[in-house]
Amino acid sequence: MRPLEAAFWAATVLPFVVTPSYLALASQVAITALFALSLDLILGYAGIVSLGHAAYFGFGAYTAGLLSKHYFGEPLTGLVLAAIAAGVLGYVTSHVIVRFRHLALIMLTLGLGLLLAEAANSASWLTGGADGLQGVKIAPLLGFKFDLYGRTAYAYSLAVLFLLFLVARRIIHSPFGLALRGIRENARRMPAIGAPNLAHLRKVYTIAAAMAGAAGALLTQTTSTVSLEVLSFGRSADVLVILILGGAGRLYGGIVGAIIYMVARDQFASMNPQYWYFWVGLLLVAVVLFLPNGVLGGLSALYKRPE
Amino acid sequence: MLSTKGLNKRFGSLVVAQDIALELPAGVRYALIGPNGAGKTTLINLLTGLLAPDAGQIFLAGREISALRPEARVRAGLARTFQINTLFAGLTPLESVAIAVLEREGHAHNWWRALPAFGAAIEEAHGLLAKLRLAPVEHRATRELAYGQQRLLEIALALATRPRVLLLDEPAAGVPQDESAELFAAIAGLSHELTVLFIEHDMNVVFRFAERIIVMVGGRILVEGTPGEVARDARVREVYLGKHARAA
Repeated sequence: MRPLEAAFWAATVLPFVVTPSYLALASQVAITALFALSLDLILGYAGIVSLGHAAYFGFGAYTAGLLSKHYFGEPLTGLVLAAIAAGVLGYVTSHVIVRFRHLALIMLTLGLGLLLAEAANSASWLTGGADGLQGVKIAPLLGFKFDLYGRTAYAYSLAVLFLLFLVARRIIHSPFGLALRGIRENARRMPAIGAPNLAHLRKVYTIAAAMAGAAGALLTQTTSTVSLEVLSFGRSADVLVILILGGAGRLYGGIVGAIIYMVARDQFASMNPQYWYFWVGLLLVAVVLFLPNGVLGGLSALYKRPE
Repeated sequence: MLSTKGLNKRFGSLVVAQDIALELPAGVRYALIGPNGAGKTTLINLLTGLLAPDAGQIFLAGREISALRPEARVRAGLARTFQINTLFAGLTPLESVAIAVLEREGHAHNWWRALPAFGAAIEEAHGLLAKLRLAPVEHRATRELAYGQQRLLEIALALATRPRVLLLDEPAAGVPQDESAELFAAIAGLSHELTVLFIEHDMNVVFRFAERIIVMVGGRILVEGTPGEVARDARVREVYLGKHARAA
């Protein structure tokens, strides 16, 4: 791990000492960063644009919630099972999704996301519908209770983010990751050098769905609630904005984007609770105009210039 | 090595391939010539599976490959290049060729080991690029390469699949004439276990590098023979060389 990366991860521990009253927010940032990282795997590396990625996040969130309500509250097993459930949903849907590109793909993922959100809404006997899932009880994590200040929540979210980040980084630097970049750069050439594009895409889509499901489960377990919002179009759109803001195809883009977006939203919302989306919109327009490759893209260009 | 039986393809009322029967023995250099719209690229697309024929069969080394997907045909030993550069613009030549080598060796599914663990594949990719004199630029982004180098990379990518039959769709398209001889010298230097079929419009190049020539007109094979036979053929002179001579 390079010094800059090590410094970054060391800094993620700072909220415990510097801003202890913001640990709940920090936990949300880590969860959103993990969600954005999962989108980066399919969008940044394989070129699959999705407007319905919340489907897997929400599926993981509800799986974790229902498990704790009906069976057991132990969080780690719940997290793993939720990730597997979202991965299975990802694998099943991938058979349709990876066959399409561009506009058709956007429509398809959007439709799938809406479909699942409406299904969860109407199945209120299972999900609690618009009232949210009641009775989610999470047991202590390895003996640590989920406290009011979010200490356990942030430590848990951060640890899972870090572990899955290492997994994502390994994927990117593997032969499989190289093949994905090949598909992103030229999907037409890949079959001509013997590469089964669809099989590769199904695989990364499944992995990304499982990762999104883990993020959703984290949200359920650290907040002890599940609402329909986890499946909403807004969540799919937000994560796309976050990734583009930070810089797609750069591994750290989703994390940096999540920090900027979530902190900015928190600040704007306290300044001007009704119109905070105005500022988010302004931020987005500014980034696209001045930093077309996201914040990280701009930083790396700045860093390279003196050479 | 590569053969077809009764290959047919039409787009609506336009016949682009009609009763194509080929028989390419191992190791022979073939040129595929014909006026524009004769169906040369269509034939390559049919052979490689980019287009599905309306009728007919394709065999590679005695095995029928008609029903295989394009990538499976590549794995069976049939590789191609493209008339218009179809490269990985943002990747380096070394990365691009490594994709093909790793795929061939069955490592492409591996997501838990980092690339440096696959030294043999990367070394092979480097060796292949060195043979085509692309080693000095192997770490540059492909989009930064000179056009001629990109044409060579087209061939390197196809060779990385270790084909038995190599189909080259106008390998020198867009390359200035003095450089195209160099490009074809590289093609002529390929292993003679490899069957090569290339589409080319420059008759000097065709007659210099091809051992046999296939002439296509209107979706049909008009003549197949040695350069001498083709040059003497009256029909060829009329429909193709004659026209070409007048235009020049």
